[in-house]
Amino acid sequence: MSRILEVRDLSAFYGASQALFGVDLSVEEGEVVALAGRNGMGKTTTIRAVCGLVAARAESLRFADRDISGMASFRIARLGIGLVPEGRRCFRALSVRENLLVAARKGPWTLERVEALFPRLAERRDQSAGLLSGGEQQMVAIGRALMTNPRLLVLDEATEGLAPLIRQEIWSAIKALKSERLSIVVVDKSLAELLPVADRCTVLSNGRTVWTGRPADLDRSLQERFLGL
Amino acid sequence: MPERHAIPVRSLLASLAIVLFPLAYALLANLSGETFHVTLATRIAILGLAATGLNLALGLGGLVSLGHAAFFGIGGYVAGIVASHAMGGEPLPFGLPASAQMASVWALAMLAAGLFALVVGAISLRTSGVAFIMITLAFAQLVFYLAIAWPGYGGEDGMALILRNPFFGLATMRPMTFFLIAFGALLAGLAAFAIIKASRFGAALQAARQNPDRLAALGVRPDRIQLVAFVISGAITALAGALYADLNRFVSPSMLSWHMSGELIVLVVLGGVGRLAGPLAGATLYVLLEHFLGGVTERWQFFLGLALLLVVLMGRGGLMSLLAPKGAGHG
Repeated sequence: MSRILEVRDLSAFYGASQALFGVDLSVEEGEVVALAGRNGMGKTTTIRAVCGLVAARAESLRFADRDISGMASFRIARLGIGLVPEGRRCFRALSVRENLLVAARKGPWTLERVEALFPRLAERRDQSAGLLSGGEQQMVAIGRALMTNPRLLVLDEATEGLAPLIRQEIWSAIKALKSERLSIVVVDKSLAELLPVADRCTVLSNGRTVWTGRPADLDRSLQERFLGL
Repeated sequence: MPERHAIPVRSLLASLAIVLFPLAYALLANLSGETFHVTLATRIAILGLAATGLNLALGLGGLVSLGHAAFFGIGGYVAGIVASHAMGGEPLPFGLPASAQMASVWALAMLAAGLFALVVGAISLRTSGVAFIMITLAFAQLVFYLAIAWPGYGGEDGMALILRNPFFGLATMRPMTFFLIAFGALLAGLAAFAIIKASRFGAALQAARQNPDRLAALGVRPDRIQLVAFVISGAITALAGALYADLNRFVSPSMLSWHMSGELIVLVVLGGVGRLAGPLAGATLYVLLEHFLGGVTERWQFFLGLALLLVVLMGRGGLMSLLAPKGAGHG
């Protein structure tokens, strides 16, 4: 397997205050990596740093054999990182279809395939994205990232705040993407759903990587120590 | 892209009514021999076009430019300068032929303003918020003082055009003919706005307004999109400026003053930010208030202020949202 993302000793800053103190994270081609940790431990900041959205410094920050440290975020995205951000995810002023098409790049993912993955989006294609339910908005955000035909899909809080049925839909979509050998980094609060999907898990605490390994090896005591369970 | 959101019929009808109003007004006035009112309708069309240009930057792009008078005035001065050279039979600077044909004047006006917008945009788009407003204002003031200090083209007094520039074989001095020319330009401007809004570029422009970081994280460079929009916006406003010069047969630094920039913003906000017919609706109300209330009291702007206050306080959809409520700003 070749390594698609390599992050070594990453520090990140919001203005003068340091948020990350040494994050290590790697993703092999076709691998699903769960990024875990309690609230405020640096998961989102790590993702934002990889995407070039916060100032960062690293011993190594490489994606697809390119050094991406200090690169503008639109350039990083064009190399093939598709971000599904946390929070309010859609461009509200745009319709579902416009959301999907706004950043589309050529590749195997097309409107038809995204609508096949999330049939609800086909029903709502002309609706204003701001009027969708939270779950549908998340589908739009995932679809929008897929339409950029990424080599690595990054999902921050994949199912946070969504209804249980919708969560199942999102997880089965992620499994479908995994079976297509798409590389994925995924953050989620629900370890019960997150760990079975992941090939590997990286745990952050206080802005540092404190553990990485197979989900099956993330035992009770580790979970209690770092994930507060 | 196909029509989005379910059936905006009412919005469509409201837009159509706003667009057809100046035409109906001018036709009626022309029939009853009230040429002054034809000119009023022409003013509506031209100011509506100028504000439609601004609406591209302000409405779709969220770029609050307090410098659009510069583009309006550049358009006006291009028309005035070309006319004066053509009248005297001298060529233009850079050896350009001094053809006073409106079509070539318009092209030149849009080119000049577009280039200026490229410079202003490239610098000011590095900032946002209040800094953006101030930098666009500063550039406009620069042009304003340049016009005042340049005696060759009238300086502070402005310059008069003896005749309107010709438009092919038409008698442009006839009010109704000139109205139809201006109205045609307005329709072209509105069509450009609608096409851009519905395009992928327009979607990216609106996405950049909402969240530039998120758009960048998808691989689209937001400042590039905004710069292109700013240039097109400036060019459309310059076209209106060229027509305005021909309408009044007079150009002066007042076209370049920051009051003019503010007025254009007022038209957009009054009519409905980001909506196709919004700026035209704003221009219609503005010109009618100015004429009819202006005849009653010198303080007519008090009522304009009142209308603006109401619009801003009662949600920001402007006149268009009163005519056609609903709707995350389309139509």
